Amino acid sequence: MAVQPKVPKGISYPDELSKVDYKPPEKAWMDTPVVLKPNMFCWGNKEKSLKAVDFPNARAWSVADEDWKLPENWKEIFLEGIRERLDKYRTFRLFMDICVRCGACADKCHFFIGGGDPKNMPVLRAELLRSVYRKYFTGSGKALGKLAGARELNIGVLKELWYYAYQCTECRRCSLFCPYGIDTAEVTIIARELLNLLGLNIEWIAGPVANCWRTGNHMGLLPHTLRDTVEMFKADLETITGVKVDYSFNRKGAEILFVNPSGEYFDPNGNITFMGYMLLFHELGLDVTLSTYCSEGGNFGFFTSNEMAKRLHSKVYAEAKRLKVKWILGGECGHMWRVWHQYHNTWFGPVDFLEEPVSPITGTKFENAKSNKVVHICEFTSDLIKHGKIKLDPSRNDNYIVTLHDSCNVSRGMGFFEEPRYIIKNVCNNFYEMPPNTIRENTFCCGSGSGVNASENMELRLRGALPRANALKYVREKFGVNTLANICQIDRAALQTLADYWVPGVAIRGVHELVGNALIMRGEKERTTDLRGEPLLGKEGGENV
Amino acid sequence: MGLLLSFFVVIVLVLLAFGGVEAANLQYLFGIIIPYAAFVTFIVGIFYRVVKWGRSPVPFRIPTTAGQEKSLPWIKQNKIDNPSSALGVIVRMAFEVLLFRSLFRNTKTELREGPSLAYGSAKWLWLAGLAFHWTFFIIVLRHLRLFTEPILFFVPLIESLDAFFQMGVPLLYITDVVFLMAVTYLFFRRVLIPQVRYISLAADYFPLFLILGIGVSGVLMRYFFKVDVVGAKELTMGLVTFNPVVPEGIGVIFYIHLFLVSTLLIYFPFSKLMHMAGVFLSPTRNLANNNRERMHINPWNYPVKVHTYEEYEEEFRHFMKDAGIPVEKEE
Repeated sequence: MAVQPKVPKGISYPDELSKVDYKPPEKAWMDTPVVLKPNMFCWGNKEKSLKAVDFPNARAWSVADEDWKLPENWKEIFLEGIRERLDKYRTFRLFMDICVRCGACADKCHFFIGGGDPKNMPVLRAELLRSVYRKYFTGSGKALGKLAGARELNIGVLKELWYYAYQCTECRRCSLFCPYGIDTAEVTIIARELLNLLGLNIEWIAGPVANCWRTGNHMGLLPHTLRDTVEMFKADLETITGVKVDYSFNRKGAEILFVNPSGEYFDPNGNITFMGYMLLFHELGLDVTLSTYCSEGGNFGFFTSNEMAKRLHSKVYAEAKRLKVKWILGGECGHMWRVWHQYHNTWFGPVDFLEEPVSPITGTKFENAKSNKVVHICEFTSDLIKHGKIKLDPSRNDNYIVTLHDSCNVSRGMGFFEEPRYIIKNVCNNFYEMPPNTIRENTFCCGSGSGVNASENMELRLRGALPRANALKYVREKFGVNTLANICQIDRAALQTLADYWVPGVAIRGVHELVGNALIMRGEKERTTDLRGEPLLGKEGGENV
Repeated sequence: MGLLLSFFVVIVLVLLAFGGVEAANLQYLFGIIIPYAAFVTFIVGIFYRVVKWGRSPVPFRIPTTAGQEKSLPWIKQNKIDNPSSALGVIVRMAFEVLLFRSLFRNTKTELREGPSLAYGSAKWLWLAGLAFHWTFFIIVLRHLRLFTEPILFFVPLIESLDAFFQMGVPLLYITDVVFLMAVTYLFFRRVLIPQVRYISLAADYFPLFLILGIGVSGVLMRYFFKVDVVGAKELTMGLVTFNPVVPEGIGVIFYIHLFLVSTLLIYFPFSKLMHMAGVFLSPTRNLANNNRERMHINPWNYPVKVHTYEEYEEEFRHFMKDAGIPVEKEE
């Protein structure tokens, strides 16, 4: 078990990185100018990425440059942006006004726990913007200035806002502990909107947004590439299971439109989750279609502005309408479900051109989704299992000693806890929970959410992952856990690197990958490997290694 | 800076009242005019702030969900921490407002060698906060004795419960002791915990000192420097009946107490103390998590520019056709 940590380039070893000093400096935070530390921020957006979606101030710029090439009246634009949003969002106005700075949120943030930067305490991250709000929008701030916690907006302050707006993953853990429900995610969302008025995004978000606008998915996969990818999965699945699975793209008249995060077509970890869906749909004979136009369930627009989020996701219902499906099924993804669950109906409703979702296999009506007509794949699958509609052999996952990472978005933006657990317990024999303070509503973010899963900010991500990794390490040492299951594509793409660093020897797996392993199919050959081609426990001598 | 300044401002306030009454004989100002002005500012100010908040709409239904959502019928929903109905929201809000449910969750994170993170129980803030707010509320209720004639029936009841230990003359109120202890704790916590001190502003220290000043002056008046209670009630009844009178010889400590209370009332609407009203309006707490079941309407929802399927097919039609993916138009 003594696997060595994989240490990314330019990063110190875990024992070094985990020495965190929580003591704030002597000097007041307002008098401490921001230092943009390498490995902690993402590259700025490219000109073409903003141009592609007609965003303002598209130009070539670099974070490291002194001059960020802002429009002359940038201050006016920014302050006008605040004014507009104060009138549009009660959350924003309220959260600017009612914080009492009790500090209950401070040590709840994974970035503060793993990094110790006081400006990553949620309260202070919000104060960065609040101080500007006070200066220009409150009487006391105008009159008393610094004494009232107000400060001028200048280029240093703007850079600070940018730096910390992209050091928050909008995971809402702080909001859980706040006695007034102040949600830093909401503050960060607005701060990012304001920054985007000045063309200040990061390429890791702006690039996928531009791709998604044109090609329908973040990865920029074109229709034929998507088909070739799925065709390849089909070939792999036939080798492993002996079953030729059906699938279709853009098929009119299908009963269900299935939408998943496009990372599942691209990322090796996500691939296998997708193969799990394919096996399940085939075995059920589900009348389901994929779409190339709507080939993304995730929404990096949500990390840019509410308008951009809406612009990207209009395709979901447009495509459902065009294909004349009855309802929509969604794959395993975190922020996708935050948006689908908390925003879709408001943006696009009333969704009267679809039918209230009913499982064609069990006849279950998904009452909780009757208005916006989107069902989570884990709701769908757990209902199947409950009704005994699929045959499962959990021993095929006996190589795995599993724990579940609750993804922040579906946890605190939805409350989705039992469904994935129920599935895992039915498809795996070994399941152990991480400590209660780190799961369910208390779950820790992977540290890479909300579009900051780039590689140039690796230190930030590793630090942010410390609390999650630490809980994982606990169950690894106690129960020998070697698999972290989750229902989020960012987790699958990002957590492997982070686990390899903090808790080497743990594999990251989608829940439907485990379902695919366990699913007993009609006409399948005796399986000797799992969906990754790894030999099953007791089948190590098999032919197919 | 904020700490010392706040302290001195409160001292100055005390001296102002003392000097104003003792030296300048401004009883009418401190006993009648300022309290009226303060009360009006308090009511109008709160109303103004709440209306201002209320004018900003709630575009999205974004409750912070803290338990299992309503899902399949055999999955047990956490109806309080993740409500899907109005009743659930009312219960959740009641827990939040009356018992500080969210603060009760508080933990203390410790990073040990290893590294190993531990999350310990941390209920002191919750306990002190709860004690402070509840005792403050009970003390305000007790004060109704001064503003009603005949005295409201529940006031003597509260008083007798509050003086449960039957200690001292006049009887010691438990709330007085707990209140002062809680405020003192909240102050020391703010000063002694480095992170909390780091984020603290004058706007955090000032209300603490002011409220402490109110508590101390009240206690001094009741237990140590006796004031003319009959005269005091004459004055307060005069205020509520709009028949203001200033009886002679109430004692200066009364005016100091009243002036500090007036200051608090004036300060309240312009400060963080508005969290009292704000908590009721917080969209992460007061909304049901039923977005997929019921459509939430955003009053400023507007049509946005989208990339249509037609545009998409136009650009990629030849790829789609080559890959055998159905298209709408052949060319």
